[in-house]
Amino acid sequence: MHWVNAAAFLVLLVTGLFLYIPSLEVAVGRRPLLKDIHFWTGVCWLPAVILVALLGDRRGLLRTARDVEVLQPSRFNVGQKVNAVLTAAFAVLFLVSGLFLWLGERDTSLRFASTVVLHDGLFYAAFALLLGHLYLALIHPATRHSLRGMTLGTVSEEWAERHYPRWIESGDGG
Amino acid sequence: MPEQPEPKRYGRGLFLATVAGGVSSLFWGKTAWNAVSGVVSPAAGTLAPFLPTQGWRIYTVSGSIPSFDRATWRLELGGLVHQPLSLTYDQLLALPKVTQVSTFHCVTGWTVKNVHWGGVRLTELFDRAKPAPDAGALAFISAEEPYVDYLTMQQARMHDVMLAYEMDGKPLPSEHGAPLRLVIPEMYGYKNVKWLKQIALVPRAQNGYWENLGYDRDAWVGHSNGFTS
Repeated sequence: MHWVNAAAFLVLLVTGLFLYIPSLEVAVGRRPLLKDIHFWTGVCWLPAVILVALLGDRRGLLRTARDVEVLQPSRFNVGQKVNAVLTAAFAVLFLVSGLFLWLGERDTSLRFASTVVLHDGLFYAAFALLLGHLYLALIHPATRHSLRGMTLGTVSEEWAERHYPRWIESGDGG
Repeated sequence: MPEQPEPKRYGRGLFLATVAGGVSSLFWGKTAWNAVSGVVSPAAGTLAPFLPTQGWRIYTVSGSIPSFDRATWRLELGGLVHQPLSLTYDQLLALPKVTQVSTFHCVTGWTVKNVHWGGVRLTELFDRAKPAPDAGALAFISAEEPYVDYLTMQQARMHDVMLAYEMDGKPLPSEHGAPLRLVIPEMYGYKNVKWLKQIALVPRAQNGYWENLGYDRDAWVGHSNGFTS
């Protein structure tokens, strides 16, 4: 689920930037193709995430979702939880504002002056969140060990004791 | 460790608040942004040249941006005139040049302030082409087919309407309509036809490209397309 979301976000980020920045746009020049990719990726984004959730380990994901809602460190730290919550909220807002951008081109009564502001503002917020997420996951010494948990599914016991004492206490293997 | 009470589910609240705040910003976002950017505008003005887009968004209606060949490009001006014109790029540049600083408003909500335009007034062309008495409007035909838009003769004669071949001191960039675009600051961007190749004088204005999709023909900034200010 993480990687479906990440892949969709990156496709949307890249195509969005190419649509948005004139110098990149001129370099490619195939605007309708980019716009189609951006649009359809955006449309498929949430359904794909939901599909993965439904077809995957529903019980495990539900338990994770309940856990994430409680903003206290457990299997995840608070930053990871806030990141997850905001990412989910931004995804919904991206979809809503993106759909209104698309509809506004077709029906002027659905064109709001603020749609562009919202979509752009979300981009800056989500991009900042992504940079923070990447820094903590890949670079920051205290937290980057989590990457091993993301990719291999295991972390060293010594690290877990130091960073996730409540998780060890709860005995919940995840 | 004492038994903890049922922990509060702040996560759900944060999610719902973010979504609700975001969706509701469709109604207040622009106003709030205007207020904020008004306060920080001196800083933003300094910063703007370093932003990748400088506030612009490029819209096209066809698959590719029209190319410009200085040797073969012509501006055709015809229709209801006594003396049709066919100007090369160099002939266009030889006409009396005017410059102006004006603000560009897009109907979708974004604005670029203090754009420096250089080009010629339409009245300069009228002096040479001599419009017929029954010419009531102009069709501005873009090399990007099928884009076209219209101004009445009266609108075209407004003091700050121009055909621009320079933007911010440089030749008009291709994504902004090189080599020539219409600039009419009092109206929303879709009237400011890019990649201009032909101007036809006609009896009366008709619907342009976006007007056929529901936009207002008289696209006054702040007083059309549902905006009141």
